[in-house]
Parts: sequence; C-alpha cells; structure tokens
Amino acid sequence: MAKRTPLYDRHLAQGAKMVDFGGWDMPLHYGSQLQEHHQVRNAAGLFDVSHMTIVDFPDPAPTRIFLRYLLANDVARLYPGKALYTCLLNEAGGVIDDLIVYDRGESGYRLVLNAATRDKDLAWIAPIAARFNVVWQERDDLAMLAVQGPEALAKLDAVLDADTVAAVRASRRFHAVESHGLFIARTGYTGEDGVEILPLIAEACALWDRLLASGVAPCGLGARDTLRLEAGMNLYGNDMDETTTPLVSGLGWTVAWQPADRDFIGRAALEQQRAAGVPQTLIGLVLEERGVLRSHQTVYDGDCEIGVTTSGAFSPTMNRGIALARVTVGVSDRCQVDVRGKRLSARVVKPPFVAR
Amino acid sequence: MSSTIPTDLRYTETHEWALLQDEGIVTVGITDHAQHLLGDLVFVELPEIGRVVTAAESCAVIESVKAASDIFSPVDGAVVEVNELLTDNPELINEDPYGEGWIMRIKTSATLDGLLDAAAYEAIAVDEDEDEAGSLTSAKLAG
Repeated sequence: MAKRTPLYDRHLAQGAKMVDFGGWDMPLHYGSQLQEHHQVRNAAGLFDVSHMTIVDFPDPAPTRIFLRYLLANDVARLYPGKALYTCLLNEAGGVIDDLIVYDRGESGYRLVLNAATRDKDLAWIAPIAARFNVVWQERDDLAMLAVQGPEALAKLDAVLDADTVAAVRASRRFHAVESHGLFIARTGYTGEDGVEILPLIAEACALWDRLLASGVAPCGLGARDTLRLEAGMNLYGNDMDETTTPLVSGLGWTVAWQPADRDFIGRAALEQQRAAGVPQTLIGLVLEERGVLRSHQTVYDGDCEIGVTTSGAFSPTMNRGIALARVTVGVSDRCQVDVRGKRLSARVVKPPFVAR
Repeated sequence: MSSTIPTDLRYTETHEWALLQDEGIVTVGITDHAQHLLGDLVFVELPEIGRVVTAAESCAVIESVKAASDIFSPVDGAVVEVNELLTDNPELINEDPYGEGWIMRIKTSATLDGLLDAAAYEAIAVDEDEDEAGSLTSAKLAG
C-alpha cells in the first residue's frame, strides 16, 4: 500500500485528487492545478512535501569531512544556517540524486533528498558514512510543509510565534533558522520566496490548519511541477539521472572544482568529461506557436536531430509551452520540436523561464 | 468523483458526447467525467471545416496540464463547424463541457443508435473511477 503523510486526511477533506508518487499517495491538485499555480505566483500556496527524505548527521566535524567527499558541491562553503544545493554522484559522475544540505552549526548537518530515490540514496550513503565513522539518522518523525509565494512570509504572522517570525524575516534566501525547536528554511521548489517548515509529525496537522486559516491555499504536486519548471529547476529522473552528469544537465554550477585537491566521488569522471569537451547542454525552449511541450519529444535544428526534451509543460504564467531539453552543444537560437508528428518552432532561452 | 451525465445525449467509450440536432448535424464534446480526469485544459487543436471523418477517427486534440488526448468522431460525416472560442479559452471545456465547451459539429447521414446511452456510459465511467482511470492519468511529478 502507498505510504501516507500525516496530512493524508486533510488532503481528502480538501477534495484533493490523490496520485501515487514514488510510493506515496500525494495530492495532485485540489480542483484546479492552474489556479494553484497562479496562487503561488501571485499570493501564497501551501504544499505538503512530507514525502521528502530527511537525514540528520549530528556530529559536525567528522560529517564535514565525509560530506566534502560524498557531494559534488563543497560544504566548506557553508556556515551555520546556510543551505547548499548539490548533486550526489556515482563514480562515473552520474547523478544518484540532487539534494539540499543545511549547516546546523553544532547540531551538525541536515540533508533533504527526494522521496522516490530514498532507498537507493540511503543504500549508497550508509557504507560510505560507516567508513568515515559518521553517524546519521533518518528523520521520519518530521513532516515538511512548504509555504511559497510573494505573500508567504507575511502569512506566517498568524501562524508562528513572534520570535520565530522575526528570525525568519531576518534570515535570507537559502538560509535556515531554528526557533523553539522548529526548523524553518528559506528554500523551496517554486522560484518564489517562502519557507519550508519541518515540524514533528505530531504537530503537522495543527500547523497545516493554522496556515490554511491564515489564507494560504493548499496546492498539489501538479502546480509544484509547473512552478519549478518555470523557475528553471531540474527534476530528478527527468532532467538528470545516473546516466547523465551535472555537466550535461545544466548543473555545472553546482560542482565545486576548487579547491583542486578536494577529492569527491565522481570528480575524476567529471574532469575527464570536461577535458574531452562536454558534448551536450541543457537548454530552455519556449514554443513560438500555440501548444504544449512534454518530456521525451525530439528536438531538431533544421533537418538535424539534436536532442530531446527532458521536462515539458504548459507555462501558466507565460501562457506558452515550455521545456528543458538536452541537446548537442552549439545550438542556434531557434529549433524545432516534434509535437505529435508536427515540427513546431521554439525559441532557445537560458532558464529560468520566469524570473523573480 | 461525481460527474454529470445528461440523459438526452449519446456517448462513446472514448468519452465523447454526441447530440443529433436538425438536418443531420451532430454536436460533439467531451464528457464531464473526461474533463475531470484530464484536469485543466490548456490547448485545443480543432479540425478544419469540411474535413471528412469516419467514426472513431481522431479529428481533434485537446491538451490538459497533464496529458494530450485525441478526440474521436462518433460518426461518419464532415466537419461543418468548430468552436473557435476554445482556441483562446480551452477552460470552457472544464467549465461547461456540455454547453459552451462543445468542440465541433459534424454533418452526417448516420443515426446515433450505435452509441452508448447515459446508463451504459455511466457504467464505464464508474469502472474507471474505481481503477483510477489508467489511460487518462499519467504524469511524472515534481517531488
């Protein structure tokens, strides 16, 4: 049976259309995915993302050494309260998962990984952690609620105590605060300002109810997908996986090459690919005519097949079809996408599609 | 999910509704059940006027936030009118599937006797609700 978050009954009560996602029974939408998308762009929306995998490493010193080896980005760039986006690579430089690591100072480090990749992530991490004598703990006692949108922070006044709200306001994007035992990060997957709050499961429903009462609308994973795509954020399993490196996935910026003597898993393979010339790149496409782009559509430059879309959708904000596509390097500023047998013209852009 | 299935219409197994009016003109749209399953409609590709179609032939495409779906002609005939409003307002299909959200009109000499009546269509729709409507739900989702 599919796993349920502590908010499952709340979703049903809100009239959610539930779907299986990575073994979890999750809300796709609560009536209209488009309205939920606009709600987040224009006001504030609430997402249950309790299916995400949360892993804590309580000992900062050994964990720092371990994570500098485990992750392609460098946790030496962190300081207490700062978050870092990074890939978890295999030896071939393929992406096992993408994740956010939070520096919690003396409390150690917290990793938030994808839900669908949980088992293989933990199976990969566990033996390496053992080698480094690093202890870790999966935090399946925590839920995760994302409040996203231009009004997200303002909505917190009626929901959290004054100290906590002040601390969140004083923090910056991609930072986290911990106040009265509650972990609150200024992170998300929508391109909007907002927070991800990690309450104990026992407190998740009460927090959800207070957020709804403050006027934040519940939003499903459908809107989350179009929001992240407009924001130019990759989706694991679509835009990168174990057969692709960060360098061909638009994620070269997340690889910390310096210092040159830091050994991390996948480094040798990435250096080899870089030296040989990176063959492909991830680009953004905006359809110039009416229509919708989807993943797995073939991309052409004239008569020449140059790649494939990895994520595609109808952008509610732009009112156009948009996609990420992996293509051979050197593409011109226009290409064509095979949409159900028709070649439609698309403009090549550098994501994000919707800048905030 | 409870969806509306008017008794004065005829239906296909592929979720079109059909209404035979005067002079052999059949109006075609998709059912309330189908629009529920598809979610918000964002694009409609209409057939050209005059196109000759056979029953069960794909002659239009509608795309929702979730997936693209073919619209099949319920009868043999020729397309005589399309709902141009849908080009800029595909959401009419969600809001009023049996009214403002009609898709096309087909001139035919056929009857609708071979199509499903409301009770027969309802049986199909109920079955699909129970097995979570495999063909119309899809989607990799963010997470």
